[in-house]
Amino acid sequence: MNHLNSKFGEYGGMYVPELLIPALDQLEQAFIDAQNDPSFIEEFNGLLKDYAGRPTSMTLTKNLVSNPNVKLYLKREDLLHGGAHKTNQVLGQAILTKRMGKTEVIAETGAGQHGVATALACALMGLKARIYMGAKDVERQAPNVFRMRLMGAEVIPVNAGSGTLKDAVNEAMRDWSATYDKAHYLLGTAAGPHPFPTIVREFHRMIGEETRAQIMEKEGRLPDAVVACVGGGSNAIGMFADFIDEPSVKLIGVEPAGKGIHTPDHGAAICTGSKGVLHGAYSYIMQDSDGQIEESYSVSAGLDYPAVGPQHAHLHDIGRAEYAAVTDEEALNAFQLLARKEGIIPALESSHALAHALNMADEADKETIIVVNLSGRGDKDLAHVYNILGEQK
Amino acid sequence: MSRYQHMFARLNDANQGAFVPFVMLGDPDKQTSFEIIKTLVESGADALELGIPYSDPIADGPTIQKASIRALNNKITPADCFEVIKQIRAQFPDVPIGLLLYSNLVIKRGLTEFYQAASDAGVDSILIADVPLREAQRFIDVAKNTSIDQILLAPPNASDETLAEIGAKSAGYTYLLGRAGVTGAETAANIPADELIAKLTQYKVAPPLLGFGISKPEQVKEAIKAGAAGAISGSATVNIIAENLDDQKAMLEKLASFVTEMKAATQK
Repeated sequence: MNHLNSKFGEYGGMYVPELLIPALDQLEQAFIDAQNDPSFIEEFNGLLKDYAGRPTSMTLTKNLVSNPNVKLYLKREDLLHGGAHKTNQVLGQAILTKRMGKTEVIAETGAGQHGVATALACALMGLKARIYMGAKDVERQAPNVFRMRLMGAEVIPVNAGSGTLKDAVNEAMRDWSATYDKAHYLLGTAAGPHPFPTIVREFHRMIGEETRAQIMEKEGRLPDAVVACVGGGSNAIGMFADFIDEPSVKLIGVEPAGKGIHTPDHGAAICTGSKGVLHGAYSYIMQDSDGQIEESYSVSAGLDYPAVGPQHAHLHDIGRAEYAAVTDEEALNAFQLLARKEGIIPALESSHALAHALNMADEADKETIIVVNLSGRGDKDLAHVYNILGEQK
Repeated sequence: MSRYQHMFARLNDANQGAFVPFVMLGDPDKQTSFEIIKTLVESGADALELGIPYSDPIADGPTIQKASIRALNNKITPADCFEVIKQIRAQFPDVPIGLLLYSNLVIKRGLTEFYQAASDAGVDSILIADVPLREAQRFIDVAKNTSIDQILLAPPNASDETLAEIGAKSAGYTYLLGRAGVTGAETAANIPADELIAKLTQYKVAPPLLGFGISKPEQVKEAIKAGAAGAISGSATVNIIAENLDDQKAMLEKLASFVTEMKAATQK
């Protein structure tokens, strides 16, 4: 039996081979013990502050929004060590790995961001990391592959299936089912089997907690909306968690519409509304009429995932959070606009959230405070965007 | 009595264990798949374990993954798989047929509808690789209502609590995992300790068939000697298909001699 609730409404659960249940139970127990252990909290918070650079600042945009009714703030996860929010939770899971007496870490990565975060945490904590990455992604993301290797991680190209993120997750789970005695699977988003969605949320919830404190200090009230991009959904759930019980705060997740949600080329699992199991959890997923998983697509590799974390599926169904979708083109426009107007180059992932927030800002007819979680910086996307914009010109 | 109960009674009388090959339905195509399965039964397979191709098989090693991909590349659907099963059932009314697949194929169609379709096609049991005991109850309930045995899987690291639960809920047979990891002949099964077999008996689980890493007659012999009711061999069987894709006659002959040798090793 699980000590924590393994489901969010009907979503979540543990759809994994029986073999992995003891490893997941061990992880759940280690997580519960850690949350109740002041020495864990001290170690985690110490790393977040002195190593990763928390708290991250919150920036009121100066030139981006022309509607005088609107104040648009950016929660600056782009300033975190590693360049994105992902550093938060890998540090937490790396400490858990050591507490479980394990010496190895398995991870999957798509564009390489979670792989880089895992590699840095493992370098810091003296853990041996092996990171599965689709063979196509290894080719497309050479700088991140080099970063991971520089920090001592082994990068293993996955040729099976489509050679992208979902296949890397499959391979990581296969590895784990043979090595759980000494290896921890450091899953990179708020998806996957219980207890990962809960652990990842809790290890990112400082994003929302800091946002609350910062906005109270600046504005003396809660924001009207917080907006975050959603691939698997980790930065969004980290931003939402502290506001779920504040009904006045709209929670808005933004999925990648790619070339449009009515084309096959998108990654908007919630917005297209088909339910099923992928990677251990029941949630919204992208699939055909037989239940075969379909490839997702997005200009932003971090959002290119054919499922979504189960808590987002639940928040959607109960109406607590809203989910919108933004196309590649809208995201690329927001990317350039933020660079030009504010001198900040955002990650393409975060540009999706920003694009939606800008639409909201245009429509606001009364005083409105919006916080966008700027989940990562855009350095990693420069070559990609350069190529796209070059093609267009 | 179910087909599994008939089979175990017959084997008991003959002082034999069961040999159960696994292949992927529709691998490499519908017609060849039927010929392959027919050959397995005619060569002495006591029961069949059949996969439905799936895009994301997390419990499978490279051999079975590739079998899935071959079938999916030929546009094989679950409906095609049921057609092949119907053909097999028509020809072999007594052989127990088990399905081994992944949860999303069942969930997408709807549990009752999927199990009913399987039952109508002549399937005796269903094992879902990514449904552990903890998620199994609603599947077990549907299985009971559709005359399907829900197969449960006993891992080598199973706790007493898990074994007791399997004992209370298992039907047909129990899939006893020979080792951790994923399917594949690359890593051999460990022959289960007498202690584990004794516990399985103590908790009255359905007869245990040992699977994962079984590719040689000696392993079948040892598994049965250790107290397993039989052995399941997947990747070794599928490898023969993969290695003979361009020569169906050779493929069927090699499958026939493989099954004959493995079956011979079940004599106690």
